[in-house]
Amino acid sequence: MTMDLRELYQDIILDHGRHPRNFRAIEHPTHTAKGYNPLCGDRVTVYLTLDGDKITDVSFEGRGCAISTASSSLMTQVLKGKTLAEAHALFTQFHAKVTGGDIPELPEPLEEDSERLDPLTGVKAYPARVKCATLPWHAFEAALRGGAAEPVKTE
Amino acid sequence: MNDMAAAKTHAVLDPQALRREFPIYQNNPGLVFLDSGASAQKPAVVIDGIAEYYRRDYANVHRGVYQLSQRSTDAFEEARETTRAFLNAADSNEIVFTRGATESINLVAQSWGPVFVKAGDEIIVSDLEHHSNFVPWQMLCERVGARLRVAPIGPDGGFDLAAFEAMLSPRTKMVAVTHVSNVSGAILPVERIAELAHAVGAKLLVDGCQAIPRMPVDVRAIGCDFYVFSGHKAYGPSGIGVLWGRYELLVAMPPWQTGGGMITLVTPERTEFQDPPHRFEAGTPDISGAVGLKLALDFIEGLGRDAIREHEEELTGYAIDRLSRIADLNLVAAGQRRLSVLSFNLAGIHPHDVGTVLDQHGVAVRVGHHCAQPLMDKLGVAGTVRASLGVYNDRDDIDALAAAVEACREMFSR
Repeated sequence: MTMDLRELYQDIILDHGRHPRNFRAIEHPTHTAKGYNPLCGDRVTVYLTLDGDKITDVSFEGRGCAISTASSSLMTQVLKGKTLAEAHALFTQFHAKVTGGDIPELPEPLEEDSERLDPLTGVKAYPARVKCATLPWHAFEAALRGGAAEPVKTE
Repeated sequence: MNDMAAAKTHAVLDPQALRREFPIYQNNPGLVFLDSGASAQKPAVVIDGIAEYYRRDYANVHRGVYQLSQRSTDAFEEARETTRAFLNAADSNEIVFTRGATESINLVAQSWGPVFVKAGDEIIVSDLEHHSNFVPWQMLCERVGARLRVAPIGPDGGFDLAAFEAMLSPRTKMVAVTHVSNVSGAILPVERIAELAHAVGAKLLVDGCQAIPRMPVDVRAIGCDFYVFSGHKAYGPSGIGVLWGRYELLVAMPPWQTGGGMITLVTPERTEFQDPPHRFEAGTPDISGAVGLKLALDFIEGLGRDAIREHEEELTGYAIDRLSRIADLNLVAAGQRRLSVLSFNLAGIHPHDVGTVLDQHGVAVRVGHHCAQPLMDKLGVAGTVRASLGVYNDRDDIDALAAAVEACREMFSR
């Protein structure tokens, strides 16, 4: 195996891909949305419970590759307990890291969460796979916009 | 001549020698290309021939009185004749050039469809269809109030002829099936399907995208009514495709797209249209595409379609044998007769992840749903890894694939 592949499929990715955390439906979510990647047929449903602007619970269901499943799993872990502003800042930075844009600074309390997402940034070297990593985050943002009736697509 | 004929029947393809005719291999040393089912690579004779046509003979067709335009028209119409001969069609006026198989099917669905399919009628497609032979019929049914029925696959993954037969009725107006499945390589009994469809008065359209580059195709022997294929899967350029239809059907079909080149008379009050095939070729066609297609079909004929089929059948058998020995590898539709297309999954590993690992080993395969979501749902998978063969592939390619699959399995089991 090449070093590049080890970068992409780090142990933590394989672990979360096989044993995703918060992999369940929330029975009465305040927000929910589906994400869909037409390229590979991956589907994810993200569920949220908000108390004011604080995320008190977040979970997901669906089927996908190791990257999208691990990304969904790690996303739910870092989002729990965050405010919407914090969540948005985390996504903005994560998006920049995987797509190669200017990486914005995060306030210090969020740095640890940001580092937890870093194993996913190996996708940057695989343009065809970037959407796998960003799919759950797009679904999360769609849920906040009002749980669009139509699934959000990455294409 | 006898010697040549004898040589032809005994021709055996030499993939290594053939690779020298495909510049992609010179420019990508070590390439293991197993995605010809998506699009085949192009031989130099096609690439250079298109450039040469632009350099020497290019002008618009069917327009000018000058010699250059006539030469260009001759080249374009020669491509039509070559295509006719390739399909053993009766008349070159039955050959309509399109952008590809997708456009060919849409043409039939949108021109023939509303005239001959009415509310309450039925159209039958199969589980094995590419979206391009599924969605146009679904749209037509919605438009006219007809019903779309889907002939199932059997337990072995092949076309279930008995179940299809049970679906036929006088309500059936069109049967649209693939000749060779783009997912499993299943070969459909199109001759028998034609007989059964005609027995209830239905027409048969066959999607020949996967069959054309790898087996002899004779539309009159099949007995179908329409046959479609794309140039790019048959070693030709992208952007050109073919609709063959029996002339009496084409002549009864109204124009689809309208514009220049397809009319005989235009007045402010009304327009009269050309006969087929020009009626269906509005606007300046893909002239160089047709020239390239002709060269590609000549290339295939030069190798011999029996020889290609023999080569790919042998390699398909080798690939099935080689892949079957890999633990946790599930071959899709394992039990049926197949040609050149193999879909599989590794237990517990998503096809997208397999594809990325294979790519890192220099092996190009297709992963995903292969534009066949209804079939994926039927098979109970999100997608598959698909290896598909071309004339340039050999056992070394299959060995490289198997080694990369093993490496992938190992990595994900750590």
